[in-house]
Amino acid sequence: MPDVTRRQLLRWIGAGGAGVASGVIPFLAAAGQAGDAKGTAREQTLQSTGRQWVMVVDRKKCEGCTTIDKPPRCKAACKKEHFVPEEQNWMEVYEAPDEGGGTYFKPRPCQHCEKAPCEHVCPVEATYYNPDGLVLIDHERCIGCRFCLAACPFQARYFNWGKPENPPGAAFASYSPEYPVPHRIGTAEKCMFCGHRLRQGKLPACVEGCPMQALWMGDLTEDVATNGTEAVRLSAFLHERHAYRDKEELGTRPRVFYLPGHGEDYGR
Amino acid sequence: MNAEAEVREMEAAVLRPVTERSRTFILFVLAAVAVILWALYAWSVQLRNGLEVTGMRNHVSWGFYITNFVFWIGISHAGTFISAVLRLTGVGWRTPVVRMAEFMTVGALLVGGAMPVVDLGRPDRILNLIYHGQLNSPILWDLLSVTSYFTGTLIYLYLPLIPDLATCRDRLSDKVGPLRRWFFHTFSLGWQGTPEQWRLLNKGIRAMCMMIIAVMISVHTVVSFIFAMTWRAGWHSTIFGPYFVIGAIYSGIAAVVTEMWIFRKTFRFQKYITPNHFRWLGNILLAAGLVYFYFTSAEYITAVYKMSEHELGLLQALFHGPYSGYFWSYWIGGMAIPLLLLSLPRTRNMLGIGIASILINIFMWIKRYFIVIPSMAVPLQPTPWGSYSPTWVEISIVAATFAGFALIVGTLGKSVPLIPMWEMAEELEIESDARDLAERKRSAPRPAGPVPGYAPGGGAGR
Ligand code: SF4
Ligand code: SF4
Repeated sequence: MPDVTRRQLLRWIGAGGAGVASGVIPFLAAAGQAGDAKGTAREQTLQSTGRQWVMVVDRKKCEGCTTIDKPPRCKAACKKEHFVPEEQNWMEVYEAPDEGGGTYFKPRPCQHCEKAPCEHVCPVEATYYNPDGLVLIDHERCIGCRFCLAACPFQARYFNWGKPENPPGAAFASYSPEYPVPHRIGTAEKCMFCGHRLRQGKLPACVEGCPMQALWMGDLTEDVATNGTEAVRLSAFLHERHAYRDKEELGTRPRVFYLPGHGEDYGR
Repeated sequence: MNAEAEVREMEAAVLRPVTERSRTFILFVLAAVAVILWALYAWSVQLRNGLEVTGMRNHVSWGFYITNFVFWIGISHAGTFISAVLRLTGVGWRTPVVRMAEFMTVGALLVGGAMPVVDLGRPDRILNLIYHGQLNSPILWDLLSVTSYFTGTLIYLYLPLIPDLATCRDRLSDKVGPLRRWFFHTFSLGWQGTPEQWRLLNKGIRAMCMMIIAVMISVHTVVSFIFAMTWRAGWHSTIFGPYFVIGAIYSGIAAVVTEMWIFRKTFRFQKYITPNHFRWLGNILLAAGLVYFYFTSAEYITAVYKMSEHELGLLQALFHGPYSGYFWSYWIGGMAIPLLLLSLPRTRNMLGIGIASILINIFMWIKRYFIVIPSMAVPLQPTPWGSYSPTWVEISIVAATFAGFALIVGTLGKSVPLIPMWEMAEELEIESDARDLAERKRSAPRPAGPVPGYAPGGGAGR
């Protein structure tokens, strides 16, 4: 695959590639820093970082963490990062049947649909798009009608049916729709692509937590993606690896791409 | 008996339940209030602990409340259908049943409209629907359409009530307590039955009549859109709008028939609500049932023929899976038996039609249940099916909607004349005119005498 030009990569990863060596890429050094933003938590999420986020899931690499004999690490990292309440898995890893009669692992974050059914049906615009292509939930506005749970074709949404547990770390967090902690009773929940980390130039918790480097975070405007150790030109990467999107036929235009697994040239 | 005497007798019969004290009625009110109080307790538990106390979870995230919402909004259709459509088409026999049908609409909208509120995770934020309402969302369409329907129904119910309230004001002031005296006095708006007042009233009724029919159709259409605007198997359908409207008329008319049965007995209206009324409404019910049968079949046949991957699981679950009991019992109890009862000459009597109506009521609830729940339980990812079973909280609250509905309709029926007296009087006069005419033709021709005019509220004709 054609690698990104050196200049581009340097600009993109900010800290001159030093991060690559240490395994931690300051992902978004150029983006607006958290803290200097003005306005309500919701208004702050409407400030653009100039990126258009996408996630790429490499099914060739994802083994569902069965080879290391652990529950999926991405899921665990997500749970830890957000104190995700029990019975919710914002990042879920399914074992899905494949064409050949076997199974494959299918990590499923929120697909951050560009034409998100959950956003269309929300009666109070608690679910909204931010300029970077994230689909966010304003938990201070959500009325808990759960229309979005019914409308999401990817089963990506959850609900705080009772009083969610907020451990000390969560209870004192400062809420933002990009980092919806502490959790609130009677509101809808889902993956936010770790909007708060992206703003700080960090990769999402799941991408960072994946020991197989199967998850990539990418930016459509700069046309690059990284899994934390490598960087690639996004468009070529998707093209050459025959990327597909889940339930593409519905036309919701997900921002999550899947790369087919072994022995599969094309989607699914 | 001449027309005037008939009218007097009718008025006496209609006004009797308004003034009569009845032990049964008090017991009925107490029982209904007890059920409602219990449900209020259940709701307080839900408010304290969140929707956790219901059987709904992330997979099946709508349950009894939404099912019940669809059911009651369906029931609310019949009031208008019978009253407005039959008024517009000038069907004379409608008169004794229109008002009780409209009472039903009011009751059903009140309890049905409460359901989405009870279903909210954050009822404390309900005003966000006004501050931040998004016209994109079918929930907003529902809100607008149900509230317009409710307002329209109240006006449409009230207008024809004015002359009757004036009659109550003039006749009953010494028989009722001060509260109702005040009510009759205030709400009859100084009605004297002048020609100008009649002209305005008729104009108003006619205008409301047409408007309310349009709103009625919109209501259940947008209720169906809550489902049809999603991608879910079984909901992703273009015919859901008309399908739901017809279903609403089917279940609503069945409810009117049941209601008619009860009021006829308890209020002793046998003379005015006749077996013919059951037969006539039975005909409409049969027609609605056949159209509904057509829609339901069309809905399933198109899905079954293709057996698309998308719908396959749902169809299997309905035909021979966990929901097959509901599905097949509906076809038997909600379609086959009632439609037979309504069409066979031997069962086209009050008993047969009454039983058909009760069956339809029960099974249309079940129908809504298996429209809502299995489509939610279908897995959209490689996971097992979702499951749902209601808790005592949901069952109590749903039970209270039935009690509340009965209470509203019963109380309205006891408070104001249940049969529109002035319209009934017009009917009786037309009948007696016809009789006169027939008699006159038989006997020697003689000059026609003046037909006694009818003006309620102490008008000049009396
Ligand atoms: S995957 Fe579901 S929750 Fe996420 S944006 Fe799409 S519709 Fe909304
Ligand atoms: S549950 Fe909340 S986010 Fe979802 S549609 Fe309702 S108000 Fe919007």
